[in-house]
Amino acid sequence: MIEMKCDCGSEINERDLVKQLDAILDEYRGKPGALIPVLQMSQKMFGYLPESVLKRISLELGKPYSEVAGVVGFYSFFSTVPRGRHLVRVCLGTACYVRGGKQVLEAIKKNLGIDVGETTPDRNFSLEVARCFGACGLAPAIMVDDDVHQRVKPVKVGEILNQYLTKKTKKGKKSAGKKGAGK
Amino acid sequence: MPKLTIDGKPVEVADGTTILEAAKEIGIRIPTLCYLEGIQAIGACRVCVVEVEGARTLVASCVMPVAEGMKIITNSKRLRDARRTVVELLLSEHDGNCQTCERNNDCELQTVAYELGIKNITFEGIKTKADVDTSTVALVRDNGKCIKCRRCVTVCNQVQAVGALFPQFRGFKTVIGPAFGKDLSTVACVQCGQCAAVCPVGAIVEQNHIERVWKALDDKTKTVVVQTAPGVRAALGECFGLPAGTLVTGKMVAALRRLGFSTVFDTNFTADLTIIEEAMELLSRLKKAVKERQPAALPQFTSCSPGWIKYVEYFYPEFIPNLSTCKSPQQMFGAVAKTYWAKKVGKKPDEVFVVSVMPCVAKKFEATRPEMNSSGVQDVDAVLTTRELGRMIKQAGIDFVSLPDETVDRVLGTSSGAADIFANTGGVMQAALRTAYEVITGRELPFENLYIEAIAGMEGIKEASVTITDTVPEWSFLEGVTMKVAVAHGLGNANRLMEKIKSGESIYHFVEVMTCPGGCIGGGGQPRFTTDAVRKSRIKAMYKEDSGKKVRKSHDNPKIKQIYGEFLNMPLGEKSHHLLHTKYTSRSRV
Ligand code: SF4
Ligand code: SF4
Ligand code: SF4
Ligand code: FES
Repeated sequence: MIEMKCDCGSEINERDLVKQLDAILDEYRGKPGALIPVLQMSQKMFGYLPESVLKRISLELGKPYSEVAGVVGFYSFFSTVPRGRHLVRVCLGTACYVRGGKQVLEAIKKNLGIDVGETTPDRNFSLEVARCFGACGLAPAIMVDDDVHQRVKPVKVGEILNQYLTKKTKKGKKSAGKKGAGK
Repeated sequence: MPKLTIDGKPVEVADGTTILEAAKEIGIRIPTLCYLEGIQAIGACRVCVVEVEGARTLVASCVMPVAEGMKIITNSKRLRDARRTVVELLLSEHDGNCQTCERNNDCELQTVAYELGIKNITFEGIKTKADVDTSTVALVRDNGKCIKCRRCVTVCNQVQAVGALFPQFRGFKTVIGPAFGKDLSTVACVQCGQCAAVCPVGAIVEQNHIERVWKALDDKTKTVVVQTAPGVRAALGECFGLPAGTLVTGKMVAALRRLGFSTVFDTNFTADLTIIEEAMELLSRLKKAVKERQPAALPQFTSCSPGWIKYVEYFYPEFIPNLSTCKSPQQMFGAVAKTYWAKKVGKKPDEVFVVSVMPCVAKKFEATRPEMNSSGVQDVDAVLTTRELGRMIKQAGIDFVSLPDETVDRVLGTSSGAADIFANTGGVMQAALRTAYEVITGRELPFENLYIEAIAGMEGIKEASVTITDTVPEWSFLEGVTMKVAVAHGLGNANRLMEKIKSGESIYHFVEVMTCPGGCIGGGGQPRFTTDAVRKSRIKAMYKEDSGKKVRKSHDNPKIKQIYGEFLNMPLGEKSHHLLHTKYTSRSRV
């Protein structure tokens, strides 16, 4: 289970993951209402829902591929693109919204060059919006991974995001494609 | 049995009846858009709203069941305004260009807008943009015209059990279509066109072949022949205001001649040919299984419905050996027209242009299958739906209703009554049994008027059995065998039947499947709108055509005897194998 979190050599684990997926599918095959739990578990395992996995789920559960795709597309929780190493969530709850959350979001979009729901090509960041993480007193707030950043100003977003790139390099010695993030 | 009043008229209906249905019973028509009789009532569009005394809001009559003592109003200023608002909202974002739309004059949105008297659209909406998908050979989808009523989704998933279409994404981005909003060719679609048959607007239509047919008719180097499937003659009249089930065989032939087809043949002829080949194929499988005690792929499945073929290729590839190897009548026609007949008139295969008129959309796909060129070139060049033929006749300014009756050209035109019932569920089975039984026993099939009631009706899955006695010597090994047959129409029913066969719960010798509900008479290319009542009228017409013929059995058709004598030699022979039989391909579903 632990290696699954590792993003350095995904090829090595691919086969194990598929085995695990098959075990899940075996358990759920023929049961009503299986699709959503299977999708949730698969996303947890793979980090996202690759096309090959969705097709396998469609075949094994006997659900039309268009239906599987429709369900995946309906819930913003599901992602068909790999998630970035860091998840940036911008609060657009009422307090954050009126105090400039929207501008912060625009600044982050511009900084990363992606839209909400997307991931940077170097896979460093994924961007989402959120509805309130209880930091209304110090709005606008954003969350990067588990850290809440409060009173964020649009001009400061570059600085905040950059911290994560450096942290990562120091801690995990992962050099893959960090350059160019934030461009 | 609740009693209620609708617009002051008292009515008593069964429990669970909706307001819409109750109103219909007493002749009150409430406008609808997303509702689909017997198939879908989801209360999505709200065009069908009515006032219920005591209720604060308007209610959608297609989903609201009646209750004792209800007082309902279906026509008031408040309702007209509400309905208008709903339709105006739809139109405000609709990419409407009716004059150039395939559905001009045949569109439910247009009709409802007209009936509600919408004069101007007061809302400013963002127009959907044309988003046209021509990735498949039989269908064209345009999400820009889609009003998201979901009829196609319900039909494709529930009625046909295919599931090519589903709502994708959410909120404003919702589109109705294949996985992830991609092209139809990226998913398993059998091209049946039932979605196009139920779509209220121009969002799903058949690939139009009218222009290529006009072009061929104008081309002096081509000899253009036309074949018409049996199901067309019971429905074409509807394009000209005649009631469903009016047989217009003679007028249709006359109209085709006036359109410029020098030779008018009949798919019925090759339906008879199909019966000979398919019945003999069944008998040879039975011989293998019963006499030679060798494994034989039984039950044998009929193979005339191309949507069904593609369905097996996707969803039941393990049953491909069970499919009859017979080509469909359309394809047998193309193959013999470009060989046997072409030779008779001194033409080469590529000088003959074969046009089919079909009640079917999947036939457009079938004609392009790579196997379908046994004459050396594509055997069938263009496939018109019944609707398209209706439009061509209008384009040519022909006054259809007042045409005289004419008859088809004989060589590939003469047919038996058995061929007519190819158009309706249970018909191919009856036609095949008429011949198979007589081959085995030398006697006529022992049913009054050759009609097997058990497999003739509209139930989704039907069964019958025939016990074979007093055989002729050659087939004595079948003495006492009870032949069990089953019939399914609509792929959802086929799916249920296949699961029973797969699990071993049901055992049959021969199974007929037609892709569309009711059979070809309910095909995706028939005039709209095909309800169950319309299906029944068309089926009745087919049986009438059958019983009115002197020759009722395919093997008694003199032209069939002639083609075997002059050309094919014998059923399942070498020529047949080359021209009349085919093979199938397993396809991946995702
Ligand atoms: S779908 Fe109907 S309303 Fe829309 S453009 Fe076509 S004919 Fe007009
Ligand atoms: S043609 Fe038939 S299978 Fe294909 S999308 Fe339409 S209803 Fe579904
Ligand atoms: S394509 Fe036609 S049937 Fe399907 S949802 Fe759109 S409008 Fe309705
Ligand atoms: S027809 Fe009743 S809500 Fe659409």
